[in-house]
Amino acid sequence: MAQVVRSPRVYDVCIVGSGAGGGTAAKILTEGGLNVVMLEAGPPLDPMVDFKEHVWPYELPHRGAGVGGNALKPGNGLEEEFLAPTGAWTIEGEPYTAAPGSNFRWFRSRIVGGRTNHWGRIALRFAPVDFRSKTRDGLGDDWPITYDDVAPYYDKVESYIGVFGTKENIPSAPDGVFQPPPKMRCSETVIKKACDKIGVICIPSRMAILTKPLNGRPACHYCGQCGRGCRLASNFSSSQVMIPPAQKTGRLTLITGAMAREVLIGKDGKATGVSYIDKASRSEKRVHAKSVMLAASACESARLLLNSKSTLFPDGLANSSGAVGRYLMDSVGSDGIGYFPQMAKVPPHNHDGVGGMHMYMPWWKFDRKNDFPRGYHIEFGGGREMPGVGMFHETCDLFEGYGAKLKQTCRSEYGSYIGFAGRGEMIPNNDSYCDIDPYTVDQWGIPVLRFHFRWSDYEIKMAKDMQETFRGIVEAAGGTYVTRTCPDGDNPFGIADGGVIIHEIGTARMGSDPKTSVLNGFCQAHDVKNLFVTDGAGFVSNPDKNPTLTIMALSWRASEYLVEQAKQGSI
Amino acid sequence: MPSNSISRRDVLRTLAMGAVGGSVLHVIPLAAAEQAHRMVKQEKTQSPSGAYKPKFFPAHQYATLRVLCDRIIPADDHSGGAIQAGAPEFIDLLTSENKEYQVDLGGGLMWLDGFCSDRFDTTYLKCSAEQQKQVLDLIAYRKNAQDDPGLSQGVEFFAFLRKLTTDGFYTSEIGISDLQYEGNTFLREFSGCPPVPEVSD
Repeated sequence: MAQVVRSPRVYDVCIVGSGAGGGTAAKILTEGGLNVVMLEAGPPLDPMVDFKEHVWPYELPHRGAGVGGNALKPGNGLEEEFLAPTGAWTIEGEPYTAAPGSNFRWFRSRIVGGRTNHWGRIALRFAPVDFRSKTRDGLGDDWPITYDDVAPYYDKVESYIGVFGTKENIPSAPDGVFQPPPKMRCSETVIKKACDKIGVICIPSRMAILTKPLNGRPACHYCGQCGRGCRLASNFSSSQVMIPPAQKTGRLTLITGAMAREVLIGKDGKATGVSYIDKASRSEKRVHAKSVMLAASACESARLLLNSKSTLFPDGLANSSGAVGRYLMDSVGSDGIGYFPQMAKVPPHNHDGVGGMHMYMPWWKFDRKNDFPRGYHIEFGGGREMPGVGMFHETCDLFEGYGAKLKQTCRSEYGSYIGFAGRGEMIPNNDSYCDIDPYTVDQWGIPVLRFHFRWSDYEIKMAKDMQETFRGIVEAAGGTYVTRTCPDGDNPFGIADGGVIIHEIGTARMGSDPKTSVLNGFCQAHDVKNLFVTDGAGFVSNPDKNPTLTIMALSWRASEYLVEQAKQGSI
Repeated sequence: MPSNSISRRDVLRTLAMGAVGGSVLHVIPLAAAEQAHRMVKQEKTQSPSGAYKPKFFPAHQYATLRVLCDRIIPADDHSGGAIQAGAPEFIDLLTSENKEYQVDLGGGLMWLDGFCSDRFDTTYLKCSAEQQKQVLDLIAYRKNAQDDPGLSQGVEFFAFLRKLTTDGFYTSEIGISDLQYEGNTFLREFSGCPPVPEVSD
């Protein structure tokens, strides 16, 4: 009996990863008529089961503290027990390592939608000056594209996903296509007044949360818990907003539990598909495609490139420049807390609002000489939020004691604390990069990443300035700044370890010179024309704007380019 | 027993695996978390004495822990206290899963008994109310450890337990309503800050 031998299906594009970059690409590519296969290392997501937006702490076995109090550990800041199940700082069986002397933490997501299920929804455009970093101060490098190249795609992304904000005409924080912002909470009126007093710009934030219905998605219902995931999709996640329209075209094949191992290369040096581990069967499988688009997160995509070695590409795929894994950056982060006695006079009322800040401080010192290059923005929040673990730790430390008095103090102090988070730009340096650990593989047999990381004086001086600014704002509001930091040690001025802010980018940067960069301005590999990287890996610099909005804009732009190229038969 | 397809043991094992690894393959699904919570509650109400069987602390230490929790957040005119709020169970659960907590809290309770034995020749639980108050008044303030370094371990222990007790209390229904938190609902409009002198004006 003759056996039927089927030649494997060849898709137009194979996308690795389903988060901000991959989800956006899936939508644009499939709507552009291409057949797409998407590999996602984690399981599918069911918001009705997986999201915990209205859950009370006492409905969880550990009340939000996590197993063994894990969420209370310094640096674990995320309320893991409440979060959408999007990953963690450690994934069993999938380690990463840090070189001696380096502290780096990597938050990874293994689920459809990736980290967009829990992200902060802060959606800030880069400014024109952010694309011309080197021209500006001689540090780092310029992007091969300008603000004008990206602006139309910011427009498209904002119009489609829904972002609230206000037109402000501030050079460091360009305006976008905005829905109206929510009203200020009491904590925000207090801080806004203090900022006005001392000349710090404080404006409505820009967040990917709907205040008006959009494309069938209802407006926010103000439960304040976006980070847990929204069952109604009133905030943006790739899993609820990008993947469904791609699926609706009938041209998306989504394969979950698929851990990409290697990009396959033909004799002509072009990508032919991706080899992956099917986690359920622990076996290797292959998908074939005319183009490959990596959007697995900056470091995961770098790992995949470095692990895709062949005689044609002995140092890893698309790495003739040696830049893959280099130029690793995170945001500079330093946090602080203030106590505001006037907040104790606020009567009980529903203070929840959207999940996250209604107001923020964009970089305001762009018009003067500072002790450090570039800038930072400030996020803040507090007040009568849903009580949770850790809420009264400062009160305990400040007031001590016990008994009826302590309880009375907690009652009157509730809502009187406001936290501040500075998020600033790191300058890339030679000591910060990732490479393949020569001694370690994960449970799928794939060699793991090893991180090397160091903050330079630029970032430490910036963290110092953040601490001074927080204190200045708190005191201008008549409050007491309670955070204490040291000028030395592992975390001078409270600077967070690399990776902790979860804005790691830069590991396959774009540039006009193939000798010093991996991608061109369309996120297309210089060395392999049918290979694209559309996550944060392509970033040349890491401005103080949370990267997700720009990842989506660049992915949208690269995907339109790929659709055009495919139509012309050039790829 | 109703034919529950998964046993409590299974659920708890899944939960324990869940956040330790943090892998999404071992995620705490909401349904499982809710079920576990219900089962713990059920177990408590079904047990004839209503007693909770500690997962980590031996009986004597658990009894001491309960008394300390009650001293830290007692019942008052507004609401019940840490014991009604389930704080001791919460602390015991976390401690059963965390080796550092086992040393800090298990060791701290031993320190407390050792301290009472040196001063009053008996355990903390068997001290008189006045003696217990004397001890807590010493270890509840960092300043006392500056004056007497021999208290510093006790001060550390109590500071940690105080935080965990407030965590346990203010994550309970009792604690949340004590604070008059009014959110976690569905709103059509968010009305912002109400008029408050020095705040909204």
